[in-house]
Amino acid sequence: MKVMRCPLNGERNISEFTCLGEVSEPPAPDGASDEAWAAHLWNSNNTAGVVREWWCHVPTSYWFIAERNTVTDEILRTYAAAELFAKGNNE
Amino acid sequence: MPFGLLKYGFRKRYPAGPDLSWPSDLKSHYDVIIIGGGGHGLAIAYHLAKHWGIRDVCVVEKGYIGGGNTARNTMVIRSNYITPQSVRFYKAAVDLFGTLSGELGINLMYSQRGQLTLAHSDATIRTFRLRAETGKFCGTRIEMVDRAQIREIVPSLHMPEDARYPILGGLWHEDGGTARHDALAWGYAARAQRLGVEVHQRTEVTGIQIEKGRATGVETTRGAIGAGQVVQAVSGLSSVVAKMAGIVLPIRTYPLQAMVTQPLKPFLDPLVSSAGLHVYVSQTARGELVIGGGSDPYELYAARPTLEIKEGLAMHLLELFPFLSNVRILRQWAGITDITPDYSPIMGKSPVENYWLDAGWGTYGFKATPASGKYMAQAIATGTVPEIIAPFGLDRFATMDLINEMGATAASH
Ligand SMILES: Cc1cc2nc3c(=O)[nH]c(=O)nc-3n(C[C@H](O)[C@H](O)[C@H](O)COP(=O)(O)OP(=O)(O)OC[C@H]3O[C@@H](n4cnc5c(N)ncnc54)[C@H](O)[C@@H]3O)c2cc1C
Repeated sequence: MKVMRCPLNGERNISEFTCLGEVSEPPAPDGASDEAWAAHLWNSNNTAGVVREWWCHVPTSYWFIAERNTVTDEILRTYAAAELFAKGNNE
Repeated sequence: MPFGLLKYGFRKRYPAGPDLSWPSDLKSHYDVIIIGGGGHGLAIAYHLAKHWGIRDVCVVEKGYIGGGNTARNTMVIRSNYITPQSVRFYKAAVDLFGTLSGELGINLMYSQRGQLTLAHSDATIRTFRLRAETGKFCGTRIEMVDRAQIREIVPSLHMPEDARYPILGGLWHEDGGTARHDALAWGYAARAQRLGVEVHQRTEVTGIQIEKGRATGVETTRGAIGAGQVVQAVSGLSSVVAKMAGIVLPIRTYPLQAMVTQPLKPFLDPLVSSAGLHVYVSQTARGELVIGGGSDPYELYAARPTLEIKEGLAMHLLELFPFLSNVRILRQWAGITDITPDYSPIMGKSPVENYWLDAGWGTYGFKATPASGKYMAQAIATGTVPEIIAPFGLDRFATMDLINEMGATAASH
């Protein structure tokens, strides 16, 4: 079975994980149009290539970030969400 | 046509001719360019030429015709969906299959032998009731059946009462069936070609030309071609091609896997499916069992099969037919499928003028091929989207008019 490295639990079978979709920024709660919200809710970049996604290790309910290639099925990097969001973009 | 076979049989000589000819060069302009030579693209081309007199049509296929999901699917044809919009549309497709072999002059081996879907929980029984009543209302042959009736329909089914997931009841859909999938692509291609349509294989679309919000042509690996109208019908690659036209779709691409066993004596006439166990099965005319189930767990553009999914299919199939435990797997494969949030397709206009979408066919688009071909051609020829496919427009997401078929689709296709 394919193995994924969880930043908290180390290497585990991929069946212990769920993918929760691409990391994306929601529209501003005030001001954004209905169209912008609909696009955020439904649309997907569905990138053929490298993507950055939220994943969860289900048994421990631990959410983290994974970068992987959707064409070659390679997992490039997994890391704690703090690494992505500590860069000052969430005051 | 009815005497075609008889006349053929009495002939003295049987000269072999190619089914498809290879057109030489691409012209610089066509009335309509169709991206994708799967069943859908070829059916649209056929209907444009046959019923709307639009013969200056070019189908551009990056590999070979039918080499995508058209020849990878498990051939389930049915109309037992849950919403009236879907039932009406898929019923139109099932009805077209009835006369299609004759129309296309190719034996599709269409075999309408019924589909039995099993319920293992009260919640499923409730949705089956809704599906049965909606189906009857829309004119399909569908009814709820109890355990005794299930035993009559499929005597070989293992039905212990103390199973972990006991069989509580079923949905019997007499209109369900199968057809030879690659023959569908070949039939449409050969007929369309005879009417003047050009089918260019090994030609990949790499860009869409757009001027002032209107599609005017495509770029390909063999040069640019101008077009009056452009249609995309590329299944798993829907998002990739739509992006060339600047369109972001509500589609995610997941692999779907299937497998076939060695041939066995005929024992299974109808198609059997269980959403609860994530498995479905049918027996082909050759005796092989075609087995499929749910999608892969995460998005991927690689049509690579996995052992886990195959083990899951085998395990669940054995709960229904334990006597198959010694049977060997002959072939196994995957295709990449374009899944929408509501498990319904996207047909019709796009935000770019003269650019048409035939996408989001996910794990359920084979059965729809004749109907999407017919009605998409009508839309392109007349500029007006026919009522029967109007609910499936891309704009339904912004207005929250979803056509939710997840429960009726996820594991039965
Ligand atoms: C394992 C499996 C089982 C399935 N089972 C069922 C079932 O039982 N019943 C059912 O109804 N449906 C089923 N489906 C779904 C069904 O197969 C598809 O929805 C349907 O075949 C889609 O047809 P299509 O013509 O749109 O796409 P395809 O047949 O995939 O054709 C699209 C074509 O576009 C070409 N293309 C892509 N990009 C480009 C480009 N840039 N330039 C040129 N050409 C391009 C591809 O090469 C391909 O040949 C199943 C699918 C799979 C994978």
